[in-house]
Amino acid sequence: MQLVRRLAVASAIGLVLYGIGLWLQGGVIEYVQRIVFLAGINVILAVGLNLINGTTGQFSIGHAGFMAVGAYGAAFSGVKLQPVLQNWIGAGAVADGLTLNVGLLVGALLAGLTGLLVGAPSLRLRGDYLAVVTLGFGEVIRISFNNAKFLGAATGFSGDSPSGLPALTTFFWVYAWAIAILILIRNLTFSQTGRSLAAIREDEIAAEAMATPTTRLKVLAFSLSAASAGIAGGLFAFMQPSIRPEDFRFDKSIDMIVMIIIGGLGSISGAVVGGIFVAVTLELMRDLQQYRLVLYALLLIVIMLVRPQGLLGSRELSEVLRSRFGRPKAQAAK
Amino acid sequence: MSLLSLEKVDKIFGGLSALKQVSLEVPERAIFGLIGPNGAGKTTLFNVITGVYSPDGGVIRFEGQSIGGQSPARIAHRGIARTFQNIRLFRAMTVEENVMVAGHHLHQASVLGAMLRTRAQIADEARLRKRAGELLEIMGLGKHAEDVAGSLPYGSQRRLEIARALMLQPKLLLLDEPAAGMNSQEAGELERQIRFLRDQMGLTIVLVEHNMAVVMSVCEAVHVVDHGETIAHGTPENVKKDPAVLAAYLGKSTEEVA
Amino acid sequence: MSTLLQQLLNGLSLGSIYALIALGYTMVYGILKLINFAHGEVFMIGAYAGYFGASALGIERYGAAGLPLYLAVLVLLFAMAVAALLGVSIELLAYRPVRSAPRLTPLITAIGVSLFLQNAAMLLFSPNPRPYPPILREVRFELGGVIVTNVKLTIFVVAIALMLGLNWFIQRTWTGKAMRAVSTNIDAARLMGVDTDRIIRATFAVGSALAAAGGILFGLDQIIINPLMGVLTGLKAFVAAVLGGIGNIRGAVLGGLLIGLAEQLTAGYLSPDYRDAVTFVILIFILILRPEGLLGVVRPEKV
Repeated sequence: MQLVRRLAVASAIGLVLYGIGLWLQGGVIEYVQRIVFLAGINVILAVGLNLINGTTGQFSIGHAGFMAVGAYGAAFSGVKLQPVLQNWIGAGAVADGLTLNVGLLVGALLAGLTGLLVGAPSLRLRGDYLAVVTLGFGEVIRISFNNAKFLGAATGFSGDSPSGLPALTTFFWVYAWAIAILILIRNLTFSQTGRSLAAIREDEIAAEAMATPTTRLKVLAFSLSAASAGIAGGLFAFMQPSIRPEDFRFDKSIDMIVMIIIGGLGSISGAVVGGIFVAVTLELMRDLQQYRLVLYALLLIVIMLVRPQGLLGSRELSEVLRSRFGRPKAQAAK
Repeated sequence: MSLLSLEKVDKIFGGLSALKQVSLEVPERAIFGLIGPNGAGKTTLFNVITGVYSPDGGVIRFEGQSIGGQSPARIAHRGIARTFQNIRLFRAMTVEENVMVAGHHLHQASVLGAMLRTRAQIADEARLRKRAGELLEIMGLGKHAEDVAGSLPYGSQRRLEIARALMLQPKLLLLDEPAAGMNSQEAGELERQIRFLRDQMGLTIVLVEHNMAVVMSVCEAVHVVDHGETIAHGTPENVKKDPAVLAAYLGKSTEEVA
Repeated sequence: MSTLLQQLLNGLSLGSIYALIALGYTMVYGILKLINFAHGEVFMIGAYAGYFGASALGIERYGAAGLPLYLAVLVLLFAMAVAALLGVSIELLAYRPVRSAPRLTPLITAIGVSLFLQNAAMLLFSPNPRPYPPILREVRFELGGVIVTNVKLTIFVVAIALMLGLNWFIQRTWTGKAMRAVSTNIDAARLMGVDTDRIIRATFAVGSALAAAGGILFGLDQIIINPLMGVLTGLKAFVAAVLGGIGNIRGAVLGGLLIGLAEQLTAGYLSPDYRDAVTFVILIFILILRPEGLLGVVRPEKV
């Protein structure tokens, strides 16, 4: 019964997304379309990063590397898979959707594995050291792609066709994945596992004393957040003619940090707000790149000085609204 | 058989001997006291037993099995729970959540189950919440279940730490200065709770304590350490009169002697 | 053989520059347990200050002959002063207000300051690389198959002079001793009457001045400067500080030289494509195998 109910809800949401997608294609200018796509992709990035940085309190600043792994993984496998699928079931939305999703899953798996490889040795380090070593790994990953001839090296990867990578990313898929990841991570956060992650953040030694398998959980959260970044990377790849290592510099990791800091470290709804904010400013200030980064820099500094907990602190939008309009309830659930 | 036994345990920090050939036996269902002047090595002993440090010499046995060198999480899983001298709560989480974190025995759903919010997962949560509620009631914190842990008064925070430790379904409970900062009324309540935990819940309890009134009242056996070494062992009455113990204490500060 | 010697020479001179920058990281971390992400940008600003200082002194007039020695020294001192001022300002405005906050907050603030300076510099100085003025006349001579320029010699002389100066400062002056006290135990130092705020500012000032010297030397050596030069170089210098043992001054020097050598040897014998990557690989290895660094001391956490 639970399954049937859930499938019904999912189908309803799917139909709504499909409808919005059609409307967007028809009526809205491409500029706005791109912002909407990026907002969805950013939500996936932010919610994923929030799991490890916010909920678990392990600060990683190299996630652009995982996004790159996902992007290249998805792009490469998608490009190889597409002709095979099209031969088999004919060109069209079904083949496209299948290519995209299989590509995304490959990218996510590779990104998650990379996260495991990076996380396992690194998560023993505390605070600033962890931040720097993740930065290091992020750069090593990018430099590796920069030197990978079969993936286009510095010029980038654009697949086998002259028109570049297939444009498989649609509104429907971006938001279907965004909603799915949002729900999965939300459920995880409010479960015993999420509680254990928060305990690790609060006091790792006490958490261990309470039989929490801290190393295993930290690596798990890290890998999940890497896989999430991988999905975002894959979606990003299929809306560009090509992807280059340039797209995944430290700047991208900074963008992700801005996303979760603005909304509030530890808050999922905050991550959503932050993701949307960065997407909007990214596009609106496309020609004013330096000004955008100066803005982000000032935001980071000012937020830390004035309101380090960000917009929502570690609370969720639902709690904030409830405490303003309903019974006050101390729900520091993470 | 003793529940916990230490045989000639050593612990060295950078050339300094924090524990020297410490041996003791804690029988099952005992309320056992560990006392000594500040810096004597009592918390270090707790840390070695619970796996925060590995012993540099000697054997530590729990239920007959050697546990020296195992990880804190593993030892906690085996049935040794503890509280901390400087209260280590999960301050930003609620009281209830603090206790639920320790509920690993009651938790069966997998991570995937958690993400998908399966029926097993939902049942798990309910079970955890219920048990946490019961333990909070026992420690007198039932009304505060949804308060933020960091906002509790000091005495309540100490009791919360005990409730959290109990959630592990331990056989051995190590309490590090549970009466610190308590007035005599609160301390009396603590003594009742300790006896309750042993009598009604079958726990074996070891406590490190400076409050001698509590030690005299509640402990059946007392082990005294100073400078990492055992200097006396016996009933509270005997230990109180032991000249070595008096020398160790009176040499430091008189206010700690009952 | 001469190639090896050449690589070693180049590596050591590059390493000396890294050492100068690494000293700033290590001193600040020793005192505040804070990674001053913006330190790389101070290095960059120092280089630019040298550029503009030399221009102000009318370097075009001197042409390839370079500035007379006293003017070159003036440019160096000017850049060091500018950097010191910048470093202290950063401390006052961005780090001091969050000193008591949980460790994460100053980290993010530092990243913010670094980002800000990079992009402000791009806006003010144009993102295009600029050629560094020949503050020194280039003289080359050959020694057993190895090409030595006076730039390389200058780097060694200046770096060694500054490091000796720092050593004297730390060991012999009151401020220097206070700095050592504060980095060992800030609370005890405060209780002993040390004005810790002043010492912290002094640390930032000294570290920044050294970085600026590194910036000018870098400009002379590499001949090109750009607003993002601090990002990669700063990171490498940070790795050098960690390699040597963060908080340890001798470690910073050792680490700097080692990183410079590693980078140069990798570029020479493996491939120039990997010269940047080797530093990150070293970082990863050192943090995983021996996080306290080569000369560092392990500090156990009290439970």
